[in-house]
Amino acid sequence: MKTQTSPPQTASHELPATPPPASLLAARAGKIKMATISLCGCWGCTLSILDCDERILGLLDKVTITRSSLTDIKRIAERCTIGFIEGGVANEENIETLEHFRANCDILIAVGACAVWGGVPAMRNLVELKDCLAQAYLHSPTAVAGAKPVIPFHPEIPRITAKVYPCHEVVKIDYFIPGCPPSGDAVFKVLDDLANGRPFDLPSSINRYD
Amino acid sequence: MSIQITIDGMEINTEEGRTLVEVAAENGVYIPTLCYLRNQSCLGTCRVCAVRVNGNISAGCTVRVGKDMVVEVNSAEVADMRKAIVEMLFAEGNHNCPSCEKSGRCQLQAVGYEVGMTVARFPYRFEKRPPEFAAGKIWLERDRCIFCQRCVNLMRDAASGKKIFSISNRGHRARIEIDVGLADAMPPEQVKQAVDLCPVGAILEKRIGYDEPIGQRKYEVHSLRERTLNTEGASS
Amino acid sequence: MKNAIQSILERYGFDRTRLLDMLRDVDSAFGHLPEEALPLLEAGLGLSRADIRETASFYHFFHQEPTGKHRIYLSNSVVAKMNGFHAVRAALERETGVRFGQTDPRPGLFSLFETACIGLSDQEPAMLIDHVAFTRLRPGKVADIIAQLRQGRSPDEIANPTGLPDNDVAYVDALVESNIRTKGPVFFRGKTDFRALLEQCLSTRPEQVAHTIQKSGLRGRGGAGFLIGLKWSLCRGSPDEPKYIICNADEGEPGTFKDRALLTRSPREVFMGMVIAAYAIGCRQGIVYLRAEYTYLANYLNEQLRALEREGLLGRDIGGRKGFDFSIRIQLGAGAYVCGEESALIESCEGKRGTPRVKPPFPVQYGYLGKPTIVNNVETLASVTRIMAEGADWFKSLGTAGSAGTRLLCVSGDCGKPGIYEVEWGIALNEVLAMVDAKSAHAVQVSGPSGECVSAEKDGARKIAFEDLACNGAITIFNRERDLLEIVKEHMQFFVDESCGICVPCRVGNVALLEKIQRVIDGKACQNDLDDMVRWGGIIRKTSRCGLGGSSPKPILTTLEKFPEIYRRKLVEQDGPLLPSFDVQAAVAGYAQTKKDLEREVEA
Repeated sequence: MKTQTSPPQTASHELPATPPPASLLAARAGKIKMATISLCGCWGCTLSILDCDERILGLLDKVTITRSSLTDIKRIAERCTIGFIEGGVANEENIETLEHFRANCDILIAVGACAVWGGVPAMRNLVELKDCLAQAYLHSPTAVAGAKPVIPFHPEIPRITAKVYPCHEVVKIDYFIPGCPPSGDAVFKVLDDLANGRPFDLPSSINRYD
Repeated sequence: MSIQITIDGMEINTEEGRTLVEVAAENGVYIPTLCYLRNQSCLGTCRVCAVRVNGNISAGCTVRVGKDMVVEVNSAEVADMRKAIVEMLFAEGNHNCPSCEKSGRCQLQAVGYEVGMTVARFPYRFEKRPPEFAAGKIWLERDRCIFCQRCVNLMRDAASGKKIFSISNRGHRARIEIDVGLADAMPPEQVKQAVDLCPVGAILEKRIGYDEPIGQRKYEVHSLRERTLNTEGASS
Repeated sequence: MKNAIQSILERYGFDRTRLLDMLRDVDSAFGHLPEEALPLLEAGLGLSRADIRETASFYHFFHQEPTGKHRIYLSNSVVAKMNGFHAVRAALERETGVRFGQTDPRPGLFSLFETACIGLSDQEPAMLIDHVAFTRLRPGKVADIIAQLRQGRSPDEIANPTGLPDNDVAYVDALVESNIRTKGPVFFRGKTDFRALLEQCLSTRPEQVAHTIQKSGLRGRGGAGFLIGLKWSLCRGSPDEPKYIICNADEGEPGTFKDRALLTRSPREVFMGMVIAAYAIGCRQGIVYLRAEYTYLANYLNEQLRALEREGLLGRDIGGRKGFDFSIRIQLGAGAYVCGEESALIESCEGKRGTPRVKPPFPVQYGYLGKPTIVNNVETLASVTRIMAEGADWFKSLGTAGSAGTRLLCVSGDCGKPGIYEVEWGIALNEVLAMVDAKSAHAVQVSGPSGECVSAEKDGARKIAFEDLACNGAITIFNRERDLLEIVKEHMQFFVDESCGICVPCRVGNVALLEKIQRVIDGKACQNDLDDMVRWGGIIRKTSRCGLGGSSPKPILTTLEKFPEIYRRKLVEQDGPLLPSFDVQAAVAGYAQTKKDLEREVEA
């Protein structure tokens, strides 16, 4: 997609990096690659991966997390099997990132209420963008008294979208894990099934919308 | 009269004229329901209990069992119809479960789990549905109303027999309304009754919020399926 | 206000079942339902305000907000749009200075509204001003009408300049044309000796009358095609009393107008059909549920009822038979297509919102006021009268094995001779098209939006009959130049507007289908969207509570089947990761403008 003209800059994935040792690369070979991202979310769903607790160790025998919200690498360097998407689409950078994930992952999972239907950020869908910006930048209780209000508009600041979109309205999403956030149990069940070649299945005992 | 019917190929002996969803539940077959209330006149509004009866799709709560009736509940096609209807409701309203007072004890949410819904296949509408705060004891959170008509049909002013709740407009513009004068005359136990009657979090008592701890809420203790099938001491 | 409401309450005996009539009178007296009227109605009827609003807000001819002195309803049917609707609409806005959906603030002379088909598809564009019909509109004619209204003339004076009494058929003829192109053997036969016919019926037992109707093979003309004799027998056999008969004159299916013509030209055949039914099932009270759009027929029909009473064919001791008492009242609707569904119609007759009931029980067991009721269509009842005159065998000899008798077709759209045609069931679609001078028909909407859109080329040989191409009367013809996708969208919009909202699939599903068809029109749909429409349409049809939802996806489903190319040529292939339906520009483009707008406001 076209974004506004940005000044030339260096992205993190373009910086020189020390190649990992051969032993590490060998250990990773054959593992399922997974990338994670938080779009317009609160990172809570990503933290649910950690809520898998000690089960994560077994999972990591099968899965390697390449690009992740924790490492802050912006781009997926090599094609992944699983893309783990937290958060809905609320600005143009979210669109671009989601597009990049769709292009570079075999399976995309929308994780959490925001990714599935917009979640808390989507509460703004009930008001016009104009009212939303006015509330944030003009009538904000934290606005500096007497100062001229500034509504951000800069090439390096992504424009926010007219409304917040569930991920599946932007790109094709393969599976959904609802929840705010989903429990570690739900996240583990889905990832473990996929890592072991079992079909997606979220039983009612761990499927939660709150 | 004693009759035999089959549900998903299972032969069941029962009495003619009984309600299908009840007969099914007694025999261990869960048919999701939302508007249905045992021992009350059938509302037939939500259609979530869609099943195939003698070849045609019917709402199970409206069906009285008859001789040699053949019922299909859990085929992939019919199960998907029920799931689609639940998804329609989630797409239509603004069902923000994380912030809802009724979460964990909401029947719509519980049915969503039972039908295996993870996302709605229909576009989420995000329509503005302003809440109604005019009454003193009760408020209406219209984002969550599913128009089941339980409150409209069953909640009456004790003195006059007048309707306290109603539906205004029609089609997708329909809205739940409250008669403020009559609502203010409701005794506390009737207010509680109305809140409990609402399958979702649309009718709420003012000044009461999240009064049950997470993990101990109704459908967390026993699932809706368990309650419907009355398994392991769970009751609806 | 207090006195006005009190006298309205008294006019209808403080009877809750007459709430529609009361609301109608309040609406015409005050231009809307004023807040102050609610406590008065509440006290008079024993209903809560919420309950009164429930009924009032359901019907689109009732207003919750103040309206102008003259309420103008322009029909926005697809046929109107093929005949100059847009120019007429623009002219109305220009001449009144009011936008559609609004009222001019001062002096509050006009309010403009669009409304679905008003039963004048053979003479569109057409509109109702304060329930008076104006047809074959052109911008010049609109300017003239509005100018006269501004001069203080009433719609009645404009439409009926010679001042014909409104209870005479000449008044109806001054407003609308009947356009009967072919008639006979069943309908529009001219003089019948109703007294002799009634005496002949009374000379046999009631069961015999029902039997004759059953033997004739007469099926309901409203659309569902239920066997009338069987319906009557079921009602007669129901142990509860009293029993009711209702004539369904809520002819709301876009493209139909035969009931209007029958009620104009042959009201007595219809009313005598009710009398015969009353004798057959044993009932004393009948209701004609007349759609609000046909209000201009009401005084004429009431006069016909009074005349029948004077002649001893209605009222007490009918036809000289002691104890055979039967009277008919006209119940006007207030604008709701769904009230054509018999149980919704019954609810409406009881003064409630028109919500189709849960079935069973069926109206023959539990109908009007909870009593056994038969609801029969206008054309059905007119057929009954002729069957009793000519015999069951005669009737059965007409038509086909499964569809006895004749059918009135309401033909409109792209053809040389729109109007009413009486045909025997079994006529081929091609024959109909030739008869009505449709030279380049491409698509034919049979039975209106709730029916089938068929291809003139592929389906021409199909027979109009219950066993093949079922038809409720409407035949709307489209040439190749017409944009079928736009027509499909209009029809889906109609169902979205007219859904009562009681059940989920119809209330929610149709909105989703309407969005999908818009996506196709916008060129943002791919094959997946078509597959979704088929699946979702099937779910809505199968799971909805009444026939409205049971039919509503048919505009899409039948055109997808018959004219897949109109969809296919609009489809796009996905190019890249983004879905074709996601419009990036629309999503982000608004930000800069919004920022500018806000900053301008801050400056100001």
